[in-house]
Amino acid sequence: MKDQGPKPKTQKVEVERDRFLTWAERTPVIRERILKSIHRAGSGHPGSSLSLVEILYALLGEGGVMTHSPESIQGNDRDRLVLSKGHGVPALYAVLVDGGYGIDEDELMSLRKLGSRLQGHPDRARLPILEASTGSLGQGASIALGMAQGYRLDDNPHRIYAIVGDGEIQEGQIWEAALSAPHHKLGHLTLILDFNKGQIDGPVEEVLSLSPLREKWHSFGWHVHEVDGHSYEELVQALEDTHPEKPSFIIAHTIKGKGVDFMEGQIDWHGKAPNDEQLERALKEIRQNHTIGLAP
Amino acid sequence: MKTPVPIPKDVERMATRAAFGKALAHFAEQYPRVVCYDADLSKSTQTHLFAQKYPERFFQMGIQEANMVGAAAGISFTGKIPFACSFAAFLTGRYDQIRMSVGYSQANVKLVGTHCGVGIGEDGHSQMGLEDIALMRAVPGMSVLQPSTPTECRQMVEWAILHRGPVYLRLTRQGLADLPLPPFKAPGHFPLVKEGRGKAFLAVGALLEPALEAAVVLEEQGHSRPAVFNASSAKPLDDGVMEKLCDRFQELYVFEDHSVLGGTGSALAEWASEKANPPVRVVRYGVQDVFGESGTPKALYEKHGFTSRAIVSFLRDFPTLS
Repeated sequence: MKDQGPKPKTQKVEVERDRFLTWAERTPVIRERILKSIHRAGSGHPGSSLSLVEILYALLGEGGVMTHSPESIQGNDRDRLVLSKGHGVPALYAVLVDGGYGIDEDELMSLRKLGSRLQGHPDRARLPILEASTGSLGQGASIALGMAQGYRLDDNPHRIYAIVGDGEIQEGQIWEAALSAPHHKLGHLTLILDFNKGQIDGPVEEVLSLSPLREKWHSFGWHVHEVDGHSYEELVQALEDTHPEKPSFIIAHTIKGKGVDFMEGQIDWHGKAPNDEQLERALKEIRQNHTIGLAP
Repeated sequence: MKTPVPIPKDVERMATRAAFGKALAHFAEQYPRVVCYDADLSKSTQTHLFAQKYPERFFQMGIQEANMVGAAAGISFTGKIPFACSFAAFLTGRYDQIRMSVGYSQANVKLVGTHCGVGIGEDGHSQMGLEDIALMRAVPGMSVLQPSTPTECRQMVEWAILHRGPVYLRLTRQGLADLPLPPFKAPGHFPLVKEGRGKAFLAVGALLEPALEAAVVLEEQGHSRPAVFNASSAKPLDDGVMEKLCDRFQELYVFEDHSVLGGTGSALAEWASEKANPPVRVVRYGVQDVFGESGTPKALYEKHGFTSRAIVSFLRDFPTLS
């Protein structure tokens, strides 16, 4: 699925088989971590974290598209990721455990606890790898836009990524950034929409419709992709197909609570922690659904 | 440095926004990491001077203050030192972005709010920054500065560039007398402008001049002998400076073109009532809890009592302790 208007030729990106297998093996582990940490915290956003897993893994996981390493956290020799939908941060913490960023599974259990670096929403000052403090929705796209301006000023070839939620893009500031980034020709900026169709008060379409989503972003001058947000292959392909001048907008269709049957698509799981029994059931389901995304 | 009183008629006057625009363009050469953001007000905030000299380091964001504040935070994370400029009223309107993207993120952003106070005149309330100090000083880590002269403004711009952390710089539309003052060193240091005892006037921005004149008149009339200090920063306060002030004076009068709720006067009152031993009385003299309105700057300053005559008569009627 491609940009609207004159369609560029689809460029098939071959994703190496082992990269793909690593992903399939790791994403269930990340889901387990998310649920365990939220369960321990006693609060959090499992639905909104679980929908993010493949997106984050395609960016930062083993073989992900981002140029990034624990050593590159100082200075500017790296791609950057801003998690604008800050409530999904348990997923980011869980992904970072594998990268050698100094967060281990024990620390995940400190999520939302007093004194923890793993705040309920991202706190850049406590944990610089988070790149920006977010949680009040709508602000991350502008922060990423400013980072992209800084990189361009320095002829820095790296990219800036930001992930926004679907409810989040109801915020006016998002549309300020939507108007601004193409004007400033920030082709090295990619905005990814975790389109999980749900927000606290109900389905996004009912609370405040975003339709026609693709047409809106296209008309604002973005290079738009629309993909299955749980397909590593489609995500990587879209992430790598960029435009020299137009910023990229990737509509990633996802499922809230993905990977846990009783959470999937359930708005109630937007922002509550599982109890002991629910956690056990969820972990069992995740193990059973081990092959999520492997096959269409 | 002796400040002449009465202030000579031919003293040079310049709006602090103009002094800021010149200073930013000037220091940009020496400090290449400085960049500038504006939201379609570059002619008013005077950042057009920077834009002409360094077009590639100037970001015209259009009328998008929220996006501008966020982008300024973002670029600061890449090592730049952004000045994000608009009217004080419009910047503080984006308080969520300021508290999150700048404050909580500990972004090295310099927010510059011009057109502060009722002194802007005819444009009326919507364009007047009247509660900006109150809001900015509630953000942890934010330094809040307000130059009282064009020269001090220039010194503050360089201080802001060199200081690591968010800074808010509050500037006037109208010209301020370039009174000779001791140079600005750091927030919280209130330089002495006129000696006195019993009462201290802490005046800032456009109210330094009338407060100074009023102090001289009160002394000439034998009413009292107020000292005058330039209170050109509201945050952080310096404990040592405040302690000395509260030891030496029985009453502090704070003059500012800002709401009395939460401004510089409030900041000093909080300190003096909690930390001074014994507590020292602080009288806040500013815009009362009312909206601004249209009028000439002169008419508005008369209405709000921001003239030396009004200050003298206020002091004469006020039940003072000293």
